[in-house]
Amino acid sequence: MSENRSEPETGIPAVDASGLPDHVTEADIRESAARERREKLRMFLTNWQGLIGLILVILFFASAIFAPWIAPYDPNALDVPSRLSGPTWDHPAGTDQLGRDTLSRLLYGGRVALKIAAIGVSVALVVGLILGMIAGFGPRWLDNLLLLAFDTVRAFPTIVLALAMVALTGPSLGMVLAIVIITSIPQYARVARTATLTLKNTDFILAERSLGASMTRTLLHHVMPNVVGPLLILAAMDVPVVVTVEAGLSFLGLGVLPPTASWGTILNEGYLVIRDAPWMVIAGGIPLILTTLGFTFLGEALRDVFDPRMGKGR
Amino acid sequence: MLFYLTKRLGLSAVVIGLVVLVLFSLLHLIPGDPATIALGPRATPEAIARYAAKMHLDAPVWQQFLIYVGNAMTGDLGIDVFSDRPVTAIIMERIGFTLALVCAGMGWAMLLGIPLGCLAAVKPNSWLDRVTGVLSVGTIAVPSFLVSIWALLIFAVHLRWLPAIGAGEPGDTASQLRHLILPAFAIGLSWVGYLARMVRASMLEVMGENYIRSARAFGLRPRRVIFGYALRVAILPTITLIGMGFGGLISSTVFAEIIFARPGIGKLIFDAVMARNFPIVQGAVLVATGLYILVVLFSDILIAWFDPRVRESL
Repeated sequence: MSENRSEPETGIPAVDASGLPDHVTEADIRESAARERREKLRMFLTNWQGLIGLILVILFFASAIFAPWIAPYDPNALDVPSRLSGPTWDHPAGTDQLGRDTLSRLLYGGRVALKIAAIGVSVALVVGLILGMIAGFGPRWLDNLLLLAFDTVRAFPTIVLALAMVALTGPSLGMVLAIVIITSIPQYARVARTATLTLKNTDFILAERSLGASMTRTLLHHVMPNVVGPLLILAAMDVPVVVTVEAGLSFLGLGVLPPTASWGTILNEGYLVIRDAPWMVIAGGIPLILTTLGFTFLGEALRDVFDPRMGKGR
Repeated sequence: MLFYLTKRLGLSAVVIGLVVLVLFSLLHLIPGDPATIALGPRATPEAIARYAAKMHLDAPVWQQFLIYVGNAMTGDLGIDVFSDRPVTAIIMERIGFTLALVCAGMGWAMLLGIPLGCLAAVKPNSWLDRVTGVLSVGTIAVPSFLVSIWALLIFAVHLRWLPAIGAGEPGDTASQLRHLILPAFAIGLSWVGYLARMVRASMLEVMGENYIRSARAFGLRPRRVIFGYALRVAILPTITLIGMGFGGLISSTVFAEIIFARPGIGKLIFDAVMARNFPIVQGAVLVATGLYILVVLFSDILIAWFDPRVRESL
């Protein structure tokens, strides 16, 4: 973890595009940038946690995307005579109370998790990025107002807020997405805001502003590229949280509804028959653990390589 | 310090106010007449009229809000429509179970995690350090509701060492303690790794400081240097972490209470959501959220007490 946090001495000249020293040509800069990239790639590839994480994440994506081709059975096909069976050659992960094949259902459940994670994280990231940049760049009162809004959302424990929201509308996939997005936005916005604040008074932004660039142009072309990096690392760390919230809510019967297969609904059905068929809750938990482990490892490795400072602050 | 205290308290009060506003408006967003929703479709017109009068439903919404806030200030959170008892009394009956669980879970995690982190930092790369590293990564990645389910499966269903559900016989301390073990284990497990990691990182940093070298040079015993000098400073980021993570702790407590059928606040909210009993949802969510805000406030004040630099920054 923290062992790899030492910064490599690459001897890169300060890349200050405005005033290059005479003996530094553009080719030199390009070469040193390429060298730095190679160095970072090497750091990432020698980090065993990062590699395991990457493999698990690829597995997660592949199994979710190709589920219809890999799954041995239809996830909703009933086979009541062989219900609640343990692992057999026909059903490697056993069957549930209606004789549905648990392995197939787990593979299809991965699709739900992927959908929630992909949509939830990207929407939260974009909205958080925009709000954070506005808070950092805009007038003081707007900043305070947005901070207060973020504090209010963060004041709710996630599941408690989710319970309150589901109480009103009833459970659905859209509700899970809304909960995930609302509770994730503040953390992206806070990181984006802090980064924007430090950029606000740098020379290149001031120069851009004095040339008459509009606020939109300054934010989109100059601030955003410098802010988005840490947010992407944060996004990798956020996926496990999002996937866990979905599984947790579905487990409570407040997320994805049966008969749709989701890791949470499988755990829920397994919990009800835990005394007769322990296989279901065991098998149901494994993909969840592998996914959270994978994204946590990957996120931490990316952070160690690209942004050594972030390790401590959070 | 006084300035910081006033400002921080003021901010918390505003956030609590906003939380009440959010909860209140959430409940008024549901389409339909609140009295019919609360009492069900088969309620008699007289019962609906009585309920509407009791809840001031004929007043404008903003007046209802002010009445609710005013009542909440005096500890009156409304009346439960099913049992016709005050919501506050119902919450007070349950909150003890939740507090006991939270304290037990956090308690064992701190008792184990903090010393583990210390020892790992004192002897980096020893076997203990490695075991702690693997343990912390492993436990952080496993969602707590899954730990609850698996703990229930292993220790209650399979090995039959501990009772699976309930909170024990009233008045029988031994039985209540036995019922506390599994849920406390489940919600504390990921915190052991989390705390050990955090303490290890900040201890490693502090152990390199000059004053630690001085303390050593004075010939103080290693144990005194570690626990008397280094840990005092290294514990600060951990206090922040515990405060911030308390929301997550409440979320996992909700799951643990539902899975182990323990009659705490989380189970209360869940059952009320299922029964669409809105006064209970509103009151219990408010109490759970208020608890979280108080803990964050307390940890912030504690940090400011220890570290003068924090006071200046707000």
